[in-house]
Amino acid sequence: MSASHTHDTHAAGHDDHGPMKGWRRWLFATNHKDIGSMYLIFSLAMFLTGGAMAMVIRAELLKPGMQFIDPGFFNSMTTVHALLMVFGAVMPAFTGLANWMIPLQVGAPDMALPRMNNFSFWLLPFAFTLLILTLFVPGGAPAGGWTLYPPLVLQTGDAFPMAVFAVHLMGASSIMGAINVIVTIMNMRAPGMTLLKMPLFVWTWLITAYLLIAVMPVLAGAVTMLLTDHYFGTSFFNAAGGGDPVMFQHIFWFFGHPEVYIMILPAFGVVSEIIPTFSRKPLFGYDAMVYATASIAFLSFIVWAHHMFTTGMPLVGEMFFMLSTMLIAIPTGVKVFNWTATMWKGSLSFETPMLFSLSFLFLFTIGGFSGLMLAMAPVDFQYHDTYFVVAHFHYVLVPGAVFSIMAATYYWLPKWTGNMYNEKLGKLHFWLSTIFVNVLFFPQHFLGLAGMPRRIPDYSTQFADWNFVSSIGGFCFGLTQLLFVYNIISCVRGGVKASDKVWDSASPHGLEWTLSSPPPYHSFEVPPEVK
Amino acid sequence: MLRVADPTEAGKRQQQSNRRLTRQLWWFVVGAFAFGWALVPLYDVLCSVTGYGSKKELLVAAHAAERVDVNRVVTVEFLSTVPTVGTWEFAPEQSEIRVHPGQLYEATFRAKNLIAQPVTAQAVPSIAPNEATQYFRKTDCFCFTPQHFEANQERELKVRFFVDPALPRNMDRVTLGYAMFDVPQNKVAVLN
Repeated sequence: MSASHTHDTHAAGHDDHGPMKGWRRWLFATNHKDIGSMYLIFSLAMFLTGGAMAMVIRAELLKPGMQFIDPGFFNSMTTVHALLMVFGAVMPAFTGLANWMIPLQVGAPDMALPRMNNFSFWLLPFAFTLLILTLFVPGGAPAGGWTLYPPLVLQTGDAFPMAVFAVHLMGASSIMGAINVIVTIMNMRAPGMTLLKMPLFVWTWLITAYLLIAVMPVLAGAVTMLLTDHYFGTSFFNAAGGGDPVMFQHIFWFFGHPEVYIMILPAFGVVSEIIPTFSRKPLFGYDAMVYATASIAFLSFIVWAHHMFTTGMPLVGEMFFMLSTMLIAIPTGVKVFNWTATMWKGSLSFETPMLFSLSFLFLFTIGGFSGLMLAMAPVDFQYHDTYFVVAHFHYVLVPGAVFSIMAATYYWLPKWTGNMYNEKLGKLHFWLSTIFVNVLFFPQHFLGLAGMPRRIPDYSTQFADWNFVSSIGGFCFGLTQLLFVYNIISCVRGGVKASDKVWDSASPHGLEWTLSSPPPYHSFEVPPEVK
Repeated sequence: MLRVADPTEAGKRQQQSNRRLTRQLWWFVVGAFAFGWALVPLYDVLCSVTGYGSKKELLVAAHAAERVDVNRVVTVEFLSTVPTVGTWEFAPEQSEIRVHPGQLYEATFRAKNLIAQPVTAQAVPSIAPNEATQYFRKTDCFCFTPQHFEANQERELKVRFFVDPALPRNMDRVTLGYAMFDVPQNKVAVLN
């Protein structure tokens, strides 16, 4: 962000267009680059906070028996860790990337609704302050899991309404961010950029934005029902009053399953930008990629109850949700094979963004396979609520979504700041991350298959060895991320100047590479012509 | 601070179409919010159409009571034990009841606290033969909750039960026994 300061003086040749001075620039920000930077910095802060909580969890699980914290606080840690990582780290990181890159990639001067953009960012610090404050109120932070299942979640103390309002604010922020993305993409594309000429990152974000406005309001409704059940005597989920707690699970997962695609579709977009660049070939099967993304988004609405196989669903229901879930493997397979085919006979080079993308490709696929195992209703009864599930979703979220965010950061950071990051340090960060993420999460498959339940602070001694390994992996993975932070900070501060194309030898395609590095504060004031 | 809207004709058109699409998307959000709430009645309709998760089905007692097997008689015997000597009088009012499977009955026990201070007690049931346990259904029982007695208080304790008609044919006699335990004072708060 400080790099943008250097352009105060020659802001695209317009007299009234420089950034404001001091804090006003950020508080009143309407520039997509400033807001994008704020989103990314905020998400990094939440990633580190949520990561610190993960360290507490892994420290407690290092050995059997209770060592450091009491079980109630342990449960708060798992719950708040999940909420911070999902709503505070991964989603804002992708929104930040969307803010920075969508206008640059479609040739628009800014996002379509700059003031709403400001509002949707500034809701987040309030939402997460509220959520983190729950740790300090009587009764402690929410401890019933991020899924907020009643009746357990209704036992939360004073933190309950705070957590619900925090979720409302996060939801409002995501909805406004998504509307902004859709309007920008639909209305602000440069002349000649038809929908099927858009970069894949833009495509995946368009579909993600539609998912967001379809399901975030449903989550808002569900948590509102919890609130009225708790304070206003309604019985949506209270069996004694004629309600049904299982209904909450249906409503929650009707939101929750599209939500997991909200966190992975933009990752697909990022990887679809990076792999062609460093393979020096166009993306294999562009149209198929677009249609596969759309199919995944559609299917995400009809698979939710695969999270609920053990609630006593009728057999027909189990069959339907099992088969529809397995159907998702087809478009996902199309994507994985297309990325592989893009590299086939390509002239590959392995810069840090490419390394992270390759790691994504390999490790996300492992997460996908364990997802297929969980999709089988009969075996899910064995795996349900075990560490196998924990291993599965961490494989798709950490070396999946988070690695793609790191790849995107390394790929575009020189464009944003005008400086090259330290490539050696980037590679070191990559190798340590990839090794330790596997040390951290792979043993959790074994623990889960052996029957270790999730969300427990203490465990039977037969699980001791793999938990020890997993915790060591966790500490090392956590420390490794400090390299990432250091590399970003030193790159923002200065370094070898990046060229306009940044990756000259790979000669990347896309409108963002036609601009200077860093781009002027106001770019594409005159729309570029796309042929 | 803000970029003033482009004053040209094209700029105005752009702004109008942005506003139109934004408005449409907000309606979409309102619709999605409404859909979330509509899932509540939809869920009830789906349950009643398919009969799954029906509250009536879940009431096993009502279900079983609809099929009283009047042609069969099972003898239910009652027993009581007090593990500690001299603290309780505890005995069933009736030594046995002859029941039809599927019909609801009530049995009474009488307990007296023999010591001169308030006591909380917990009755622990057991059923013999062991194989009958799953067919013996208690719909209400003094053993479900701790029972508080004032000093020297005597009172009746009730249990309502029925025998499941699925009780295997070879069983014609089931024994329900209770052991009465004092709850230590430091555990009373936990139980309550």
